[in-house]
Amino acid sequence: MLIKQLSVFIENRKGRLERVTETLCKHNINILSFSLADTSEYGLLRMIVSDPEFGKKVLKEEGFSAKLTDVIAVKIAQKPGTLHDVLKLLFEAELSVEYMYTLSTAGKNTSIIMKLSDLETALATLDKHGYQVCTASEAYENNDFVDK
Amino acid sequence: MIWNETKECMSRDQIHNLQSARLKKMVNRVYHNVEFYRKKMQELGMEPGDINGLEDLQKLSFTTKNDLRENYPFGLFAVPQSEIVRVHASSGTTGKATVVGYTRRDIEIWQECVTRVLAMAGVGAQDKIQVAYGYGLFTGGLGLHYGAENLGATVIPMSTGSTQKLITMMQDFGVTAIACTPSYLLHIAEMLEEAGQINNINLKVAICGAEPWTENMRKEIETKLHLKAYDIYGLSEIMGPGVAADCECHAGLHVYEDHFIPEIINPDTLEPCKEGEVGELVFTTITKEGLPLIRYRTRDLTSINYEKCECGRTLARISRFKGRSDDMLIIRGVNIFPSQVEAALLELGETSPHYLMIVDRINNLDVLEVQVEVEERFFSDEIKQLEGLTKKIAHALQTALGLSVKVKLVEPRTIERSQGKAKRVIDRRKLI
Repeated sequence: MLIKQLSVFIENRKGRLERVTETLCKHNINILSFSLADTSEYGLLRMIVSDPEFGKKVLKEEGFSAKLTDVIAVKIAQKPGTLHDVLKLLFEAELSVEYMYTLSTAGKNTSIIMKLSDLETALATLDKHGYQVCTASEAYENNDFVDK
Repeated sequence: MIWNETKECMSRDQIHNLQSARLKKMVNRVYHNVEFYRKKMQELGMEPGDINGLEDLQKLSFTTKNDLRENYPFGLFAVPQSEIVRVHASSGTTGKATVVGYTRRDIEIWQECVTRVLAMAGVGAQDKIQVAYGYGLFTGGLGLHYGAENLGATVIPMSTGSTQKLITMMQDFGVTAIACTPSYLLHIAEMLEEAGQINNINLKVAICGAEPWTENMRKEIETKLHLKAYDIYGLSEIMGPGVAADCECHAGLHVYEDHFIPEIINPDTLEPCKEGEVGELVFTTITKEGLPLIRYRTRDLTSINYEKCECGRTLARISRFKGRSDDMLIIRGVNIFPSQVEAALLELGETSPHYLMIVDRINNLDVLEVQVEVEERFFSDEIKQLEGLTKKIAHALQTALGLSVKVKLVEPRTIERSQGKAKRVIDRRKLI
């Protein structure tokens, strides 16, 4: 099961990141997780949001370069060695990780969002070894038990 | 010293007669040897016999850079190719370069002109000169090189490249003269200052050109490096460096009128300007064999003064340049047209046609940054892809312009769109 990640190009200029969050807030789009990759001149904000298609639309209307990318969110137990085990399996399947970060909607376990060189092979490999991945609704909705 | 007193100190009448005689011969030659000129004259119902002297010059049509492009590469050459001994090339307004060709005699005249320039700046056979203009298709390096050799000076053909190596040799060899762009010389001065070596050099003269500079820059160069700096002008279409240069009076650049007839015209009406009035500089070559040009529009803005100079020379003087009548930029001595950037980006097909060129001078070196909008269709969620795109654009621009370019990706719609002509260039260098 692949999930949609919303990516935005942000120049290193005052107020640009805030403009992204403002736009999403104005349209009641929830950001479940994000990772910000930075270079000296620009940043890439990658997000899992409650409504990726709508998120892309509103950001584009604001003039941003935004796109949707397929990623997978692997569920792993919150204990030593689990991330290592997943990475080892993927490495043995000759896959490379383009980037990864954690998903905040996994309840007491953890989900790792990954962009890999070959997503289909990755899904098959994980499935073969009994790892589950998040569905779209699991990823885009807040499943946490923490109330605040 | 005055290298060729006979030619540099003629009376204005003698100059007039010499130019008239040479113009007449040249027009006759191009009419019979270059189809382009023959057609242009025929369109005006003219024959070579209609040009009897300088007063008839204005009857002839102008020639432009576009004419050179349309006749690329050798269409305007006036001699069989076997007589051409060298070609040089400079930037064209689009992908194709402007190509120029020289016969052996053209090369001899060129070196004579550069020798006059060097002698005028006080360089002699006893001097050791570093030529730090680029060698190659650019006329700067080889132009100065031949002139300095002809003078009998010891030539060190540095070309462009490692400033550290240049400084080491300058000190080790006891170099007394240097030819380079003024901004590069200031950069050298800065490096010498940083190394605490500014007083451990033996430079006496600098011949600077290939880019516009100011009187203030000249004073800064002279004060910092304790030398005399001279201005040299030229363009490859007419010959290369050495078309004009200034003397110790620094009261304008003497044009070698025995080889080139200068005119100043209003770039809008194309009518001649009065003496002293600023307009576009136009040249007619009267001794060139390979690529003779009639009334070539240089696009450089200046004024002219025909009074005899205090140095003793009678050659007309053109003032420091006031700018251009087109959008050409000179960056580190390299001629750049914004249209070249646009053509290179469009050819790449991976970026939007919206770009902005920002020219700045950092530590006395010109830098060109090209901002390109990241459109959705080539935007990636992976940094390595974006970096790859940046490199690809930088490489394409470097290939097209012959100059290293810093590429910056910017958000869509951040480059100003304007009604009509878009603003494509921001020049932050303070030159005037």
